[in-house]
Order: sequence, then C-alpha cells, then structure tokens
Amino acid sequence: MNLLSLVLINLGRNKRRTILTMLSVMIALFLFCALRGVLDTLQESIKVGSESKLVTRNKISLIFPLPLAYQDRIAGIQGIKDVGYGNWFGGRDPADERNFYAQFAVSENYIGMYANDLDIIAYDPPQAGAAIPPGVDPKLASYYLDREGCVVGELLFKKMKWKLGQKVVVSGTIFPGTWTYNIRAVYRAKNPAMGESALFFHWKYLSEKGMNGQGMIGWYVLQLQDPKRAGEVTRNVDAIYTNSAAATHTETERAFQAGFVSMYGNVPFLIGVIGLAVVFAILMVAANTMMMATRERTAEVGVMKTLGFQDGTIFGVVLAEAAVITLGGGILGALVAKFLIEGTKFNAGGMLPPMNVAWTTVAAGMGIAVLMGATSGIIPAYQASRLKIVDALRRVE
Amino acid sequence: MAIPIIYNVRNVMLRPWTALATGWGIAMVVMILVGAFALASGFQAALVESGSPNNAIVMRVGADSEISSGVGRDAANILKALPDVAPGPDGRPLVSTDMVVLTNLPRIGGSGGTSNVTIRGVDQASFALRDQVKITAGRMFTPGTGEVIVGERISKRFQGLKLGDHVSFGQQSFAVVGLFTAAGSAFESEVWGDNAVLMPAFDRTDAFQSVTFRMRNPGQFDELKKRLQGDPRLGVQVKTERAFYSEQSALLANMIRFAGILITLIMAVGAIFGAMNTMYAAVGQRTREIAVLLTLGFSPGSIMRSFLAESVILCMLGGVLGVLLALPINGITTSTTNWSSFSEVAFAFRVTPMGIALGLLFSMMLGVVGGFLPARQASKQSLAGSLRAA
Repeated sequence: MNLLSLVLINLGRNKRRTILTMLSVMIALFLFCALRGVLDTLQESIKVGSESKLVTRNKISLIFPLPLAYQDRIAGIQGIKDVGYGNWFGGRDPADERNFYAQFAVSENYIGMYANDLDIIAYDPPQAGAAIPPGVDPKLASYYLDREGCVVGELLFKKMKWKLGQKVVVSGTIFPGTWTYNIRAVYRAKNPAMGESALFFHWKYLSEKGMNGQGMIGWYVLQLQDPKRAGEVTRNVDAIYTNSAAATHTETERAFQAGFVSMYGNVPFLIGVIGLAVVFAILMVAANTMMMATRERTAEVGVMKTLGFQDGTIFGVVLAEAAVITLGGGILGALVAKFLIEGTKFNAGGMLPPMNVAWTTVAAGMGIAVLMGATSGIIPAYQASRLKIVDALRRVE
Repeated sequence: MAIPIIYNVRNVMLRPWTALATGWGIAMVVMILVGAFALASGFQAALVESGSPNNAIVMRVGADSEISSGVGRDAANILKALPDVAPGPDGRPLVSTDMVVLTNLPRIGGSGGTSNVTIRGVDQASFALRDQVKITAGRMFTPGTGEVIVGERISKRFQGLKLGDHVSFGQQSFAVVGLFTAAGSAFESEVWGDNAVLMPAFDRTDAFQSVTFRMRNPGQFDELKKRLQGDPRLGVQVKTERAFYSEQSALLANMIRFAGILITLIMAVGAIFGAMNTMYAAVGQRTREIAVLLTLGFSPGSIMRSFLAESVILCMLGGVLGVLLALPINGITTSTTNWSSFSEVAFAFRVTPMGIALGLLFSMMLGVVGGFLPARQASKQSLAGSLRAA
C-alpha cells in the first residue's frame, strides 16, 4: 500500500468532514480571489489609458473648464497629430434617478481618435442620398448627420433595452433642462476594461443648447506622433498657459486614468485587509479539522509506529492530508472565482468595468492554499510524529 | 425538562483549542461585518452631521451636488432678504452664500496619487450659521486676504494643507493660517476661505454654488420649499440641509453596507461549515452521553435544543471575539472619494451599538444554522443503537 492511497483513505473516512472543510477553503479562496479581482480590475482600468495620448485639463481640477480657443494653439505644437476634446455631462434618467450612466459631449473627431479601441457593431444607415462628411467612418455617418445623434456602449444599450434610432431623454444636472438624443450607433470596446456603459454625443449640441456660446470644454485629448516625446510635449503645452487665467495640467492618458483610481483612497487597502481576514478565518477551520482528524487516530498512529512507520513518514502523511484538502478547495475556489466572475461580466452594478480576475491572482490564491495546507497541518503532523507509542496506545477513546 | 445550559458550557470548554479555532472563524466573519457597518456608519455620520434639520439649503434646480449647482447673485440677494431666515444673536440674518469648488491635490504618503479636495468660500455669517466649526490651531482667516483655514482631517492627508503651508489655487497663493474641527462632519474635509477673495481666484464671480440659511420656523419647511421652488425669479430647489447631506451619503454608505453583507454572507457559509464540523464531532464523541440522557428521560427534543444551544454558545463566543477585534477600529480615520460630490471625504470608523448588536445576532444565527443538522442527528439517535455503539 503506498502512502498516497493511505492519505486518500484517511480523507475518505469522514467524508462529511472532508467535504465541509474543502468547501470552506473553496469559499475562502473564492472570496479572496474575488476581492483581489476588484483590485485587478482597478489596475486594469488604468491600462486602458494609452501612453500615446495626452490629456490636458484645467490645472485646478477637472471640474474647471478650458477655453475652446486653446485647441488651435495646442494643435500647432510640434509632435501632436490630432487634438480632440470632451465634456462631462452629468445627466440623470428622469424616470429613475438611480439609473446612472456616463454621458460625454465630444468633439467631432473624438470617436475617430479611439477607432483602435472601439468597434461600431450596430448603426443606423444614413438616409439615401445624404452627403457623408469626408474622412468619416461610414458606419457613423448618420451620427454625424444628426445634431442630436449619440453613440452608446453595447452593455448600456442592452441594459436599457434601447433600440437603434430611439430617442433618449435625460435631465441635466450641470446644464439644466431636458435633453434628448437619438441613438445612431452602438460600440463595443475592444478592451473590456474600457467599459461599454457610456453615451457620447456632439459637443456642438451641448454648446448650442446649454452654454450660450461660451466655448468652454472639459478636457483635451492629444494624439501624439511619437509616444517617446510625451514628456517634452507635456511641458510645452503646460508652458504656454502657466500664467493664464486657465492654467493647464497635461499628463498621459494612462496617468489621467490612474488619477481616478487613486481617488478611491483607502478603499483598496481595506479590500486587501478583508481578503486576509477571510483567509485567516478559514485557515483556523482547516487547522481544526486536521486536529480533530489526528486526535481521533491517536491509537492508530501508535499501531503504525509499532509496525515500523518512521516519524517522518507519519508527519508527511498528516501534512499531505491537510494539503489535499486545502489545495483541492483552493484550486476549485480560485478557478470558480476566475470563470464565474469573468463569465458573468460582473460589474458590481455598474460601479466597476466588467471585472477581471488576473491569472496572477488565481496563482496567488493557489499559493495561499498551499500555505494554508502547510500551516493547518503542521501542528497535528508534528504532534503525530512525536507521539510515543506507549502514550498513543494507552489512550482509550 | 430541559438539559441545563451549564452542560453545554462545560462541553465547549472541554476542548478549548477546538472551540477557539471554530470561534475564530466566526469571529473573523463578525469582525468584517461590524467593520463594514462601522465604515458605512462613520461615513454617513460625517455627512449627515454636516447638515442641520433647522437649515435649508438652496441650489439650482436639477443640480445633484453643490459643484454642479449655481445660484446667481440676484437670487442669493432675494434669499438673504426672506422673512423666513432666522436672525442671529447680532440681529443679522443667519445665511451663508457658499462658493464650492474642487481642487486636485497630491496626497501625503500611502499609495500616493491625487484626489479632489473641496474648497468652500464663505462669509462671516457662515460661522454664525455653522457654529460647530471651531478653530483648533492657528487662527481664523482674515477676511479680504489670501488666507484659508483647513479641516483637521484633510490637513493630515494632503500636501500643502498643514498649518503655515502655502497652497495655490489658480494664479493665487493662499496661506494656511488655521485648522478647524466641525464636530466630525464632512466640513473637516474642506478648505475654507473668504468668498470675496476665493471667488475671483477661481473665476467664479457670477454665481454661488449654494445658499444655506437657518429657518425661522423649521416646522413650515414644506410651505417654504413650495414657495421658493415655485418662484420663477429663482429657478432653485430647496432641501433641508440634513436631507441634502443624507442624500449625498446614501450611495456610498449603501454600497459599503451591501458589499459588507455580501462578503460576510459568503464568508459565513465557510465559517458555518467549520462550526458544523465541530458540532458533528461533538455529537459523535458523545454518543454514550446522549444515550444516558435519553435513559434518564430527557426527550429527543430537549437533546436537540441542548446541542443547538451548544452550537449557539460556540458561535456567540466567536461573535463576542469578533466584536472585540472590531472595536479598536472605532475612531480610526480613513478616506475615500464620495462619488456623489466627486470629492474626498475623510471620516472615522464608527462602531455603533447597532453594529455590535447586528454582529452578535449574526453569530447567533450562524450557531443555529450550523448546529441544526448535527443537533438533529443527536436527537434522532436511537437509545438501543447508542448504547450498543458505546
């Protein structure tokens, strides 16, 4: 009889206990990986930001606008290929206040600047004979021809059960009044972390209806000719406006995204603490199981030793039993976390981009399962290996 | 007749390590639950305490936060002159016209990064209206100068906000001349200065973000609200200050509670399995004892209740441990962005009696759920079988 089958037989002796403990470990590792997945998702959302684009905002903060007049001046700076701009539009669904989604008023070239990140998967065909503006994605022709047209993300489109050509109504918070958009196209993000829950519409519409021609925008997006020159271009842009009424702050799009993630403050830290508490709680459950299992077998260990089993072998058998429980549960929990969360595109009710659980997190979870096995088994294993035959056999259950 | 509870207490104590290991699993669950609720309560308390039920806050119709609002100077003047505004001790109306903007500042230490800090431009009447504001270090800013005071909680968390520092907004530099507390409210996460200086610095001269006043007669708020919201000159919405800040806290506080409950529920399943293991072992080891109890005339029902009680004792032991572990976080300050106002709010964990009660109740429930099957098994034991097995 080899030792592995001894381990397996031991595990099978109290199937209920083995299964319950394995399930405990599985749940712990599932939670651990899910919580780490939240952090992975936040990290991943930074990477959506490109290193070959810069974002210029008002130096004070994003809530302060910049003059539209900066566009031409910035476009003239060496190393910049294209300049677009956008504006946050905090509109609310008048039917349900809690039904929040992001709306952006963007320049005419804005969506084109993200052509590598977005696929237009559905669109209204333009009216026959309509003049399609030159240089424009033909799929977006009807969006460009409609002053109140908008492009929406696939996830949002499905969630709201919208149809192409449908009118969407929101009430403005920053720009008061009732606003209507016509859905002209639906986009799918090539990188899932980019999110598909936003609505883009023409900045011109916002300007005409809501800004009295003030010509102010929220931020500029600068497409670089060469990402290596990002630092130099950044300095050049900000230098122009250092002493103006609206000074600028320019950074790579990735750094801009990271700024949003850093706004979570202590939240990531707290999530990490909870993850550790979960692991620690179940570690005790697993350790308790192993203690109970070995205690019941005290007399048996005595018999095994009498038969000539070495202390080290006994130690190994108990430890292996713990390892099978935690590894079995751990691997299962980590994989369930990965596939269940990613498979269902869980997005915490829209608070996060569709979550991802990185393979590194899965690996970390399995590593923790190994550690759990070692720590939960080590005391019982040590006790069993040091047990004196006389003591073991004297004890009567 | 019921089996005395001391029987169960002694049995739990018989194997202290097993009891502790099982209790520990429960303790961690309860700790997370109490901790999550302390986080939500602390955040909510900070915001709710910012607002008084006796004050009314006026913002532009449709605005969902102060930063998205704008109340013109004409409208503000109409509001200031309302007979509904209560006079202060000096006879002047208790009304504050606030400029509220955000500035992006670098954090101190930790993971670094930047976040948005609220800057509030106020005038002298604001301090009469918000008498919870107390200068704790340095002095009050001098009106008409480039001086600001900073909430104590935010001062420790961002660069350039310590006493004696200088911080730039727009093209102007401001001196931090004082630190203040505001009874733990969200105002402690703000920078306050003189409206007359701050508004030009931020190029916000045409409108305030909100107008807040003490109501002469808070009981008639509904009538006041209807009248002001119907006034075509104003174009505003009116809320009690308390209601406004409650709304601002609702999203995040509910989210924290929801996440806390979700995490603890999942975690609890794992911990319950641990408790079940322990209780099954307890039942298994005491086959003979159960037989004796049956022989003595205890009914199967009372045996079931007895083991259930033992499971509850075991789990509540963990519950108490969990609450004790959670207590030290009370008062620890943490901070995050309140997405409702897009600005950083620093607040203290607040372990409430409600949270503690909830934690203990939860541990009790875990005991009942985890102990049910083992207890039933114990009660189903046949007398003959048990004695034979023994």
